[in-house]
Amino acid sequence: MWARALWLGLRAPLGGPRCFTSKTDPQGSGRITAEVIEHLERLALVDFGSREAVARLEKAIAFADLLRAVDTDGVEPMESVLEDRCLYLRSDNVVEGNCADELLQNSHRVVEEYFVAPPGNIPLPKLDEQEPFPHS
Amino acid sequence: MAAPMLRWGCRGRRWALAWVDGGSCHRRGAPTGSTSNRIRGQSSLAQQPLRTAQKPRKGEHKWAAVVGLEIHAQISSNSKLFSGSQVRFSAPPNSLVSFFDASLPGTLPVLNRRCVEAAVMTGLALNCHINKKSLFDRKHYFYADLPAGYQITQQRLPIAVNGSLTYGISAGKERGQVIPKTVRVKQIQLEQDSGKSLHDDLRSQTLVDLNRAEGQLRVDANVSVHHPGEPLGVRTEVKNLNSLRFLAKAIDYEIQRQISELENGGEILNETRSFHEKLGCTVSMRDKEAKQDYRFMPEPNLPPLLLYDATSLPTDADPQQVINIDQIREMLPELPSVTRERLVQQYGMLPEHSFTLLNEVGLLEFFQNVIKETRAEPKKVTSWVLNIFLGYLKQENLAVSESPVTPSALAELLDLLDSRTISSSAAKQVFEELWKREGKTPGQIVSEKQLELMQDRGALEQFCYSVMKDHPQVVMDVKKGNPRAINKLIGLVRKATLNRADPAVIKEILEKQLSL
Repeated sequence: MWARALWLGLRAPLGGPRCFTSKTDPQGSGRITAEVIEHLERLALVDFGSREAVARLEKAIAFADLLRAVDTDGVEPMESVLEDRCLYLRSDNVVEGNCADELLQNSHRVVEEYFVAPPGNIPLPKLDEQEPFPHS
Repeated sequence: MAAPMLRWGCRGRRWALAWVDGGSCHRRGAPTGSTSNRIRGQSSLAQQPLRTAQKPRKGEHKWAAVVGLEIHAQISSNSKLFSGSQVRFSAPPNSLVSFFDASLPGTLPVLNRRCVEAAVMTGLALNCHINKKSLFDRKHYFYADLPAGYQITQQRLPIAVNGSLTYGISAGKERGQVIPKTVRVKQIQLEQDSGKSLHDDLRSQTLVDLNRAEGQLRVDANVSVHHPGEPLGVRTEVKNLNSLRFLAKAIDYEIQRQISELENGGEILNETRSFHEKLGCTVSMRDKEAKQDYRFMPEPNLPPLLLYDATSLPTDADPQQVINIDQIREMLPELPSVTRERLVQQYGMLPEHSFTLLNEVGLLEFFQNVIKETRAEPKKVTSWVLNIFLGYLKQENLAVSESPVTPSALAELLDLLDSRTISSSAAKQVFEELWKREGKTPGQIVSEKQLELMQDRGALEQFCYSVMKDHPQVVMDVKKGNPRAINKLIGLVRKATLNRADPAVIKEILEKQLSL
């Protein structure tokens, strides 16, 4: 599937790669705004703690953007590399469970066979409440 | 905060979710990542007759409300959707949890065949188009009772789409008039549920039990308003709806709130709101943080789910590994609308009655058992079952299965009534005795309490004669043409006979004796 798509892409008229501006690239300069970083940090709970991390992110996005060079008009997207495999159907029998003790050992804190977690979802501090950090 | 997620993406590993569309379709107010185009595409369906939510105020544009219900229904199965852990209520915390359910690294989801069959059956019962190929996706959000950090669902291509459900509402001026209505079912999808969180605010902690989520049936409502002919309005999602009554109340409130807000020049935000039971209002749940983005992606561990029918079934396939839609269609029991129609045709009952019979668990079977054993007319049976029997059940909040009166007992009672051995009022007395669970049959009660109707016509004529002799004034009233006077006479005779005479026969005798 990839091979065929690439072939079509190469056969495309010499217009070069399509011009897309990625969502993260509103100015077209390849920089990512502080807002986007903040948004990503909240969504994925990662910490882009340094300028280098953000630069690495920008490079990763630019690398992925190369995919847009391929002309995929009229090509069905591949949903899964497993698309030719059969989805195995399990019989509705009870064959596992009953291992609370084992599972609870993984937890830092346990109360009467319950896992203990911090209360609710604690929002991350807002950008301006954080330590000053040069994003862009 | 992901508080809305607490009730949304609940796990239990064997859920089907149905999108039910009340009027027209909903436009999602703001895109949620890359899937926005597809959602909107599905939403902008052809014009549907719009329903006005309320009478328009004077001099103002009409408003139309659009309501969509999101229903989470738990599938009845032995094991979970993606693991072989047991499905059971009230088990010790975390005892029905496998390594996969605990989201330990390296574990993989394995689809439960029974859950797929249940989803297909549901889709067929709701007149849906069954997608022969459907896909699984991951919906990401963070919450303590979702240890994987995502829920496996069917966002892109669910197992069934475009169905409908016909129901009836009691309306109209005629008694027993039922108006048929249809609601569209947008889609049905299989999805995991989350675990259960117990919030301990005192100690600032949350206790998590990954056995299953709460509630076998949960509903969220999506509401928006707009002027007919104009585009759909921004929708809000209302959660924490714990009964049908609150569902109706919350939707009504939200419609009014949105109309007021818009008429005062405000705007509706695409947000999640919680229904406050005591105050009868909806309250915003959104926090000031960035919007929830579920980062939908295909579930990489599950290939597409392929279903077959009689024509496409591969001949050499392992029957355990393929699902035949036609075979499942044959396994469907008689659907309620067909049953109701049959009851109306077969027993001449009002449509309203057929609804009542089907809406109470076990009542239809009870009714049919009585019909089998009694000689009485079906209409009589219907009346007794729906009015008297059901009335007693409701008074004591009993299920049909807990009834002290068996179908045989009621059948015997109705036979006694039908053969005119006892009067209607005596029958009610017997029923009350039967309800006391003293183990007596209707026949025994009738003899013990001497409730048999007088069979001796001569003796009855004698009673009538003496009553008339003792009440000449009433007799005069009757002869004068007062229509109610004769009832008074009948009442007096009944009293004299200790209620052992059939009022209809009394009336007949009196009229004869009075030469009317």
